[in-house]
Amino acid sequence: MIPKHILAAALAAFLAHSAAADTLRIATEGAYPPFNFVDESGEVQGFDVEIAKALCAEMKADCEIVTQAWDGIIPGLKAGKYDAIVASMSITEKRKKAVDFTDPYYAAGAALIAPKGSDITYTPEGLDGKTIGVQRATTYATLVEKKFPGATLKTYDTVENHNLDLQAGRLDGVVAQQVLMYNWLEKEGGDAFEFKGDPVKDVEYIGSGAGIAVEKGNTELLDRLNGALDTIQQNGTYAEINAKYFPFSISAE
Amino acid sequence: MNFDVMIEALPDLIDGLWLTLGLVALALLVGFVIALPTALARLSPLVPLRVVAGAYVFFFRGTPLLVQIFLIYYGLSQFEGVRDSILWPVLREPFWCTLIALALNTGAYTAEVFRGGILSVPHNQIEAARAVGMSAVTAFRRIIWPQTIRQALPAYGNEMILMVKASSLASTVTLMDITGVARTLASETYMPIEIYTMAAMIYLALTFSMSQVIHLLECKMDVTRARA
Repeated sequence: MIPKHILAAALAAFLAHSAAADTLRIATEGAYPPFNFVDESGEVQGFDVEIAKALCAEMKADCEIVTQAWDGIIPGLKAGKYDAIVASMSITEKRKKAVDFTDPYYAAGAALIAPKGSDITYTPEGLDGKTIGVQRATTYATLVEKKFPGATLKTYDTVENHNLDLQAGRLDGVVAQQVLMYNWLEKEGGDAFEFKGDPVKDVEYIGSGAGIAVEKGNTELLDRLNGALDTIQQNGTYAEINAKYFPFSISAE
Repeated sequence: MNFDVMIEALPDLIDGLWLTLGLVALALLVGFVIALPTALARLSPLVPLRVVAGAYVFFFRGTPLLVQIFLIYYGLSQFEGVRDSILWPVLREPFWCTLIALALNTGAYTAEVFRGGILSVPHNQIEAARAVGMSAVTAFRRIIWPQTIRQALPAYGNEMILMVKASSLASTVTLMDITGVARTLASETYMPIEIYTMAAMIYLALTFSMSQVIHLLECKMDVTRARA
């Protein structure tokens, strides 16, 4: 027979543990605006952070957001310093060996950017005979070659360089990552250009997007996060947060 | 080493070879045409000529070729005046921009090579030529130039080979020369060793043939050995 006070202690420990389990510690990098960054007052802000908070509210969990340098962010999860990573982490095969990912919570598409007023369209016919710039060693080159075989492809070492050539009028358009280009369009020099058509979101070209990482085998948390992610996408919370940061949807669905 | 990948890369790299050859041949030709008057201007008694030629050599020898290519390709195109000018059809094309940079660069180096060659001709030979009644032009053509080119050939051959390698910077302004093709293939196949080894072998074949031709010319021009 087990003495009563031991049972009580065990029960207390169990209760304390389950209470602790409802305080989720979530890590982000804090150096990747506008997704996650530290503002002037030292608060972590950004799309990732707001999504994390919305998920916590949905799961009715107390959340604490911590910042962690990028190169130590997966090791920190493995060491149990936090329960999940919401830091715009792309889901890759290599990372999947170390951590488990939720469904992607966003995916930045491959967008076509051309001068305002250009009648170029993001279709095989529209790009036929056009000169399109892409960054070398990115999937955007493959995308243009496969989906728009009529376009003349020019490869650049950096995004800055193809933007310069777009400004110089050497290119009819560039195909690049949507969010990155959105930042440029907002700046001086980029304001003479705009998105044309809908961005390509095929997993084949842009990958499956950014997911939330949890420790391998933590299916309980994974399921809760996936469920909450589903709910906030259904009930409009996601769209609301999205609209605060981007005038276009970056939902992976 | 995956030899299949290397063989498969060959046709594309050969396509790149033609562009490299075109760039280098034209750059050397234009560079040569620039170099001779520049070398003469550097040795001219006229100060303005010396200053202009000196400044040109100073700038193009003193700055990296990559910076020169970027200045001409990305730099000039930022000015609306340039984009609206009659030069734009030329400056719009990465080929011509790279050619201009390569030609101006090799022109500056070659001018120095020629200047050294001209200075190596003993002054009393020139005096003797003038004394027998040759005009300055005839003296240059018959006495100075043949000795200049013989003196300068080893250094000039070196410059020609350097040009082949320098032309690889064309890949930074979207040209698909040997290096441009290799960089793209390497990023597509994830097999950089195979692709770059193949590219290196093509460059070696090219520079080897060039050095053989230069060596042949050196032997031909070597008066002392020809007589022996």
